[in-house]
Amino acid sequence: MRLPNTEVTFLGAKAMAASRLSRGELINGWLFMAPAIVLVGIFLIFPILWSLWMSFQVGRGMNFTFGGFANIVRLTQDPVFQRALGNTILFFVVQVPIMLTLAALMAVALNDPSLRFRGLFRTAIFLPCVASLVAYSALFKSMFADAGLINNALLSLGLISEPIYWIRDPFWAKVLIITAITWRWTGYNMIFYLAALQNVDRSMYEAARIDGVPAWARFVYITIPMLKPVILFTSVTSTIGTLQLFDEVVNITEGGPADATLTLSLYIYNLTFRFMPNFGYAATVSYVIVVAVAILSLAQFYIARDRRKS
Amino acid sequence: MTRMSLGRGLTYLALSLVSFISVFPFFWMIIGATNTSADVNLGKMSFGTALFDNIAHFFSLFDVPRVLLNTAGIAVAGTALTLLVCSLAGYAFEVFRTRYSERLFALFLLMLSIPFSALMIPLFIMISRAGLINTFAGVILPGIASIFIIFYFRQATKAFPHELRDAARIDGLKEWQIFLYVYMPVMRSTYAAATIIVFMANWNNYLWPLIVLQSNDNMVITLIVSSMRSGYNPQQGAIMVATIIATLPTVIIFFLLQRRFVEGMLGAVK
Repeated sequence: MRLPNTEVTFLGAKAMAASRLSRGELINGWLFMAPAIVLVGIFLIFPILWSLWMSFQVGRGMNFTFGGFANIVRLTQDPVFQRALGNTILFFVVQVPIMLTLAALMAVALNDPSLRFRGLFRTAIFLPCVASLVAYSALFKSMFADAGLINNALLSLGLISEPIYWIRDPFWAKVLIITAITWRWTGYNMIFYLAALQNVDRSMYEAARIDGVPAWARFVYITIPMLKPVILFTSVTSTIGTLQLFDEVVNITEGGPADATLTLSLYIYNLTFRFMPNFGYAATVSYVIVVAVAILSLAQFYIARDRRKS
Repeated sequence: MTRMSLGRGLTYLALSLVSFISVFPFFWMIIGATNTSADVNLGKMSFGTALFDNIAHFFSLFDVPRVLLNTAGIAVAGTALTLLVCSLAGYAFEVFRTRYSERLFALFLLMLSIPFSALMIPLFIMISRAGLINTFAGVILPGIASIFIIFYFRQATKAFPHELRDAARIDGLKEWQIFLYVYMPVMRSTYAAATIIVFMANWNNYLWPLIVLQSNDNMVITLIVSSMRSGYNPQQGAIMVATIIATLPTVIIFFLLQRRFVEGMLGAVK
């Protein structure tokens, strides 16, 4: 998941420069790696390159002709693509910060050793990670039905005066998707924060507490800086996850209403399997995700490295 | 002192609320399975009497045992192959390091976060040209070599004691025997954690089976749960039954192996 420490890798490579492996070990080593190398070559390296090549091709089905940058030009003129891109960006810009803030707050609360029922709370908050994406989407779809549970609850609490059409209203459909993803992934991210908090020196908190530093200030000035690498890691993985959002939007809103929850992944799927197949253009859209993910990964790598130097 | 306990009280309140929200949909799933479709749509929050009707309806819609067998078969075979291929590679990348294998590994890591959406189209064309559409092999093959799992095993192998390898070699064991009889038993907790994540990913996989599997005989559980939502009158009670069945294996694994489960998720990040 996380990019490794390159310094270590390079040192390792240097130490190995004069290989001390015997001939037998060399042969065995490559034999052990061979199945993985062959499979990665066939099912990862080849397709990603082919996809790049495809993105410069135009035509229906398997009838390709070279189209140069035609597909990229088409991206700029395709309102559906721009819709999908806009939705995808909106999902991660709004959802990732909400989820990570919640996850960090939960982790800090649960990290207090004097808290009772810690195990119980932790298990409960982690539980959503166990549900498959399709299964929990089905649950959310039924809970948020027009005359369903959530509307009943909100109406009887007097929070709303008429039912919200969660699935049929463009705005509320987005809210619903964001709520659903937040439910599913907050506990997952919390686990990373908890693991990181366990490495933080407790005496620092004690000293700050004795000096009369209030809880919120301890959180802002001690906890957050300590958690920086994990915050970075979780924000990048969450953003990458959101860029590939598919199962939920298909199973809760089917990308609707009127493409209000259409995501890039769903658009690629539609271009390939639902509409007249246009592999070239679909590949171009998929490369938008590749480029976004690459930029994010590089950014993570860059920030993490900077931090290590200082 | 009162301030402290007020804060403490708010913490308990907040944690209880979040825990409730986290667990609630699971209750809803169980309650929903006992209610009629109409009652589910109306948000009825008490147990009903339609459980057996819902189960019967679900079993009448699909050949459920077959679907479960398909899903389990794919998940077990996929998991076994992934663990074998990736642990061999992770072990070898660590133990038999050469300048070239290090470069290759760096290349692998560059591809760690390639999104599946970008592979979907070429993989679909490849699998259909190979005649593997609508076969389990077509579902399993592209997922066997996971760079993340290779990386996970390589990281874990750093803790595998050299002395054990040396001793085994002095005893005359061949490399594959060392892997099989020394490495695998010693690393069983790593295998356990990896098994959980890979099995879950396979069991819950949706998009790729949706593309590859097209006949009713070959459906997996995620596909039938998803297919039940469409149509004029989705049978909500039966959907709940299906959702319970889809969720049960992973819930069981989670409660039996909670610690390993979390270890697996944290994976290589430690």
